Amino acid sequence: MADNNCMTCGGSQGLCGGKGMVTLKEGVWTNNPLAIQVLGICSALAVTNKLSNSLVMGAALLFVCVGSNLFVSLLRNYIPHRIRMIAEVAIIATFVILFDQFLKAYYWEMSKQLGPYVALIITNCIVMGRAEAFALQNPPIVSIVDGVANGIGYGVALAIIGFARELFGAGQVDCFGLSISVGNWYTPNLLMIMAPGAFFVFGVLIAVFNLFKGDDAEEDKK
Amino acid sequence: MSDTSAIVILIAAIFTNNILLGNFLGMCSFIACSSQVGTALGLGTAVTFVMTMTTMINFAVHYFVLVPLQLGHLQFIVFIAVIAAFVQLVEMIVERFSPKLYFSLGIFLPLITVNCAILGASILAITREYGFIQTVSFGFGSGLGWLVAIVLMAGLQQKMNYSDIPKPFRGVSVAMIITCVMAMAFLGFGGMVSL
Repeated sequence: MADNNCMTCGGSQGLCGGKGMVTLKEGVWTNNPLAIQVLGICSALAVTNKLSNSLVMGAALLFVCVGSNLFVSLLRNYIPHRIRMIAEVAIIATFVILFDQFLKAYYWEMSKQLGPYVALIITNCIVMGRAEAFALQNPPIVSIVDGVANGIGYGVALAIIGFARELFGAGQVDCFGLSISVGNWYTPNLLMIMAPGAFFVFGVLIAVFNLFKGDDAEEDKK
Repeated sequence: MSDTSAIVILIAAIFTNNILLGNFLGMCSFIACSSQVGTALGLGTAVTFVMTMTTMINFAVHYFVLVPLQLGHLQFIVFIAVIAAFVQLVEMIVERFSPKLYFSLGIFLPLITVNCAILGASILAITREYGFIQTVSFGFGSGLGWLVAIVLMAGLQQKMNYSDIPKPFRGVSVAMIITCVMAMAFLGFGGMVSL
């Protein structure tokens, strides 16, 4: 996944210069969809009980966001304004179904664990928001960059939450063969894997983002 | 087919497996519209109504249209279309027959289309293989559970306005931490019924 991302953003820098970089930085850091805009949190809270689930969910969102941004952007001059919402939902749902079928075919276990939350990407405000706010006004290539940026921003935030919850909840992180353990002295706190832990870790994550970003935001306003 | 009784499903959906605090569905509007108790109550009522109806309709659509035609993979897109169409219909009917209700409820209806709790409840009812009566009680219970959670949250948020919160925690962050405490409280219902 990491290699792909680097290639994509490297390519787009060449293609659309400054705007690509600005869009990328906005999506990942200054306007992180999860921690700053607080969009699409349902899935973020539900699937982050394990790091591997979080990563797959991040990949799913990346795929859907890039796909829907590209097609909404390509069709932006043909979609009548009044029915644009329905058109966007149809495009997004198509990509979600594609990803869901792929998971079911090749990673059945993962598909079982993620349950209905893959389907719920359809109503994920990030994808819809990006299609509405960005792809409708911008040419396809920049829109792809925007999709990638938001996908990564979401994925990174998700991975942080997933890592923290699995580490403190299970005492060790097992992710695609990699394993990190806290040690035997630690008694796993099951609450972190259950619902309250998700709310707590996410609340703290937002606060940390606010803490580091607080000064930037105020300078921007001035 | 699951053989849990409808009453148990209803109680579980409200308390032990609350759709918001246990399944994290409908978080966006939960965070955005929980500053006033009145608003929260209006939105909660609208969600309960739409959720009960759409789980019923989607149940019928799934078992009488999609399964016989072997179109199961189109489930998501059909469900979201049904929900959007239903919400639009309700909006028109309410506007025509009860303008007063329209003004108090009207603004929430379009929001509901993108409320993931609605789609989530429909999909969960199918994946858990509920029968018709069970689906209805699950839809209704989930809606009520969501209503309870958002009204409680709105009450707490109103109190929060008067407290001195550290700056980085203000806004959504502290809302999340309150929700965490609420979720822990709801865990206390855990032993009440078992699914």
